[in-house]
Amino acid sequence: MKKITRIANGRVIDPANHRDETADLWMADGKIIDPIPGKETETIDATGLVVAPGLIDIHVHLREPGQSHKETMASGTRAAAAGGFTTVVAMPNTNPSADSAATITWIKEKAAREACVNVLCTGAITKGLKGEELAPVGSLFNAGVVALTDDGHCIQNNEIMRRAVEYARMFGLTVMDHCQDYSIVGDGIMHEGEWSLRLGLPGWPRAGEEMIVARNIMLAELCDSPIHCQHISSGGSVRLIREARARGIKISGEVCAHHIALTDATLAAFDSNFKMNPPLRTQEDIEAIIAGIADGTLTILCSDHAPHASYEKEVEIDHAPFGITGLETEFAIFHDILVQKRQAIDLPRLIALFTSEPAALLKLDRGTLSSGAAADVVLIDPKLDWTFDKNQSASLSKNTPFHGHTWRGRAVRTIVSGETVWTLAA
Amino acid sequence: MSTWTRKDLTGLDELTAAEITFLLDTARAFKGVGERSLKKVPALRGKTLVNFFVEPSTRTRTSFEVAAMRLSADVVNISATASSLQKGETLKDTALNLQALQADIIVLRHSSPGSSRFLAERLDSSIINAGDGAHEHPTQGLLDIFTIREKFGRIEGLNIAIVGDILFSRVARSNIFGLLKLGANVTLVGPSTLVPKSFEKLGVRVSHRLDDILAEVDVVNLLRIQHERQRKEYFPGLGEYVSLFGLTKARAAKLKPSCLIMHPGPINRGVEIDSDIADGHQSVILEQVTNGIAVRMAVLYSCAGGAGVPT
Repeated sequence: MKKITRIANGRVIDPANHRDETADLWMADGKIIDPIPGKETETIDATGLVVAPGLIDIHVHLREPGQSHKETMASGTRAAAAGGFTTVVAMPNTNPSADSAATITWIKEKAAREACVNVLCTGAITKGLKGEELAPVGSLFNAGVVALTDDGHCIQNNEIMRRAVEYARMFGLTVMDHCQDYSIVGDGIMHEGEWSLRLGLPGWPRAGEEMIVARNIMLAELCDSPIHCQHISSGGSVRLIREARARGIKISGEVCAHHIALTDATLAAFDSNFKMNPPLRTQEDIEAIIAGIADGTLTILCSDHAPHASYEKEVEIDHAPFGITGLETEFAIFHDILVQKRQAIDLPRLIALFTSEPAALLKLDRGTLSSGAAADVVLIDPKLDWTFDKNQSASLSKNTPFHGHTWRGRAVRTIVSGETVWTLAA
Repeated sequence: MSTWTRKDLTGLDELTAAEITFLLDTARAFKGVGERSLKKVPALRGKTLVNFFVEPSTRTRTSFEVAAMRLSADVVNISATASSLQKGETLKDTALNLQALQADIIVLRHSSPGSSRFLAERLDSSIINAGDGAHEHPTQGLLDIFTIREKFGRIEGLNIAIVGDILFSRVARSNIFGLLKLGANVTLVGPSTLVPKSFEKLGVRVSHRLDDILAEVDVVNLLRIQHERQRKEYFPGLGEYVSLFGLTKARAAKLKPSCLIMHPGPINRGVEIDSDIADGHQSVILEQVTNGIAVRMAVLYSCAGGAGVPT
């Protein structure tokens, strides 16, 4: 008999349809369906829970191909499911980098076999992420990439960036940029400020990000085509993006959970689990970023999930690679800070920042509970206080600064195309 | 309870004023050992000290070696070229091997800020920081402070100028942290690229005009300036540096007669300091070297020895 599922009595929040009500949600054949009372073959009790579209993270490093000692399709997507995510967008800085249709096809086939959530691919903007010549954007598009980025690297040559944005426009692809001016940042590894002076660590000044954000605003205007600024860390970048959006320029920005949860002072113990790129900054930057989320300047929340093996991270801090894991912690951090503690946004807006907003940016047919949409659903307990234990993490890597942190709210059940792929252990 | 309970010395920033004073007092007690004809006490007899220098150094390594020998410890020197780090072994693994060789004390010189702390958190051996990148050089800071205190009888209220490449200087940082904790007024002097105004957040004063502060200071500590290798974008050249920040004879004449002239060495004669001034009566540069032995004896003994100072 065909399975018909009723998710009963939850608070259904579907920002794409401006829906927020206590109701039942129905699924069959992997799709959301209109209610057919009495016909259900399975009932999931969602009393006291939020029922939302499965969350989308457009900034994730799944590390395959080539770095399966850090993460695999299987482990990375298990971590995603445990965080409430039903769709993740993989970054192209793999080995080989995702700059050819062959690699994209390999990733999609590996994901089809091993991933428990939807894996979408980005393609490189330039060959080998070297910032020198365009990758075969047309073939990448035909292979199914949803955006272009050289993430982990930043195209320094403005002419190449301009042509990439112009060329991508032909395919309707958004160009996403890791904003870092190499000459200013140099070998900087932490925010340039009081703490970098105190610790004697090379500084990574805000201007190193803001210069490229400004460049991208000008190129988005010149090309009349969208550019998405990844992992915004500086308050100055928020101001630039706000002003540009007010003028109608197609610029957008995203925020990683750690950039509103931690400051540069946490580097005082020289722990490389607090080292990421761009770096943790100051409370002023946190305030500016939260204000930017609240007023709609910044429209995407993400993790920049960047797993590294412990033997790679547990070295001198200036030798350690940048990056931390984040898929399992990001929703709780954003919910705890933005909705609970600061009340900067409400819960429906938080859900929108994880669903309808990224879906709109990358033109995905996900992130909604509309009838007929894929039955990607997350059940969230917004009142659950829980403590993150990195040793229980589904990720292959444990490079997190959040071990032992407690937050309010988390996903308790993750459903992809109507099938439950993860449930919080009782 | 003893003031000193640490097994490591990784920096002065984490010490209390009482802990710094304890080390200075202990050093004063040890200084007498070097003035005897039999320059040796059995305080660390049977202990093994490894001088693990991943960055080249002669004077600091030698000073630790002399200090350890005066305490009757056995000393092994390992340099970067001879170490397995060249063969791709991690710092952690190399250090675990040193611990497995039953080293009681590891004196570490390394280019990475935080490297001493990294080992201190992972090893049972005592870790003594002999310089970690641009972060700290705590025994140099202590010996500078010891020398100042010996001359003035106090640190509190003294006006102390540190001149030169502050941004990249571990010596400057250890001096700043230690001196501020003991109540000195610290002024950093140098070009705005190497002494950014933001240093004032640490509680010091920043000046870009050496001439303005000469008459008021009790101590001027001149740091070695590097240019050819790595500072080309920070200032135009040594000639311009000398004209703006070198302690020339004319500038030295403006100092108080009681003002001490210090330098952690090795000095560039004619660059940060005039050659005659370096050898002059206000210079305590060589006394700093001698005091360094006593300070390092105090540090080694406090971290790896027992209670009280042996006589």
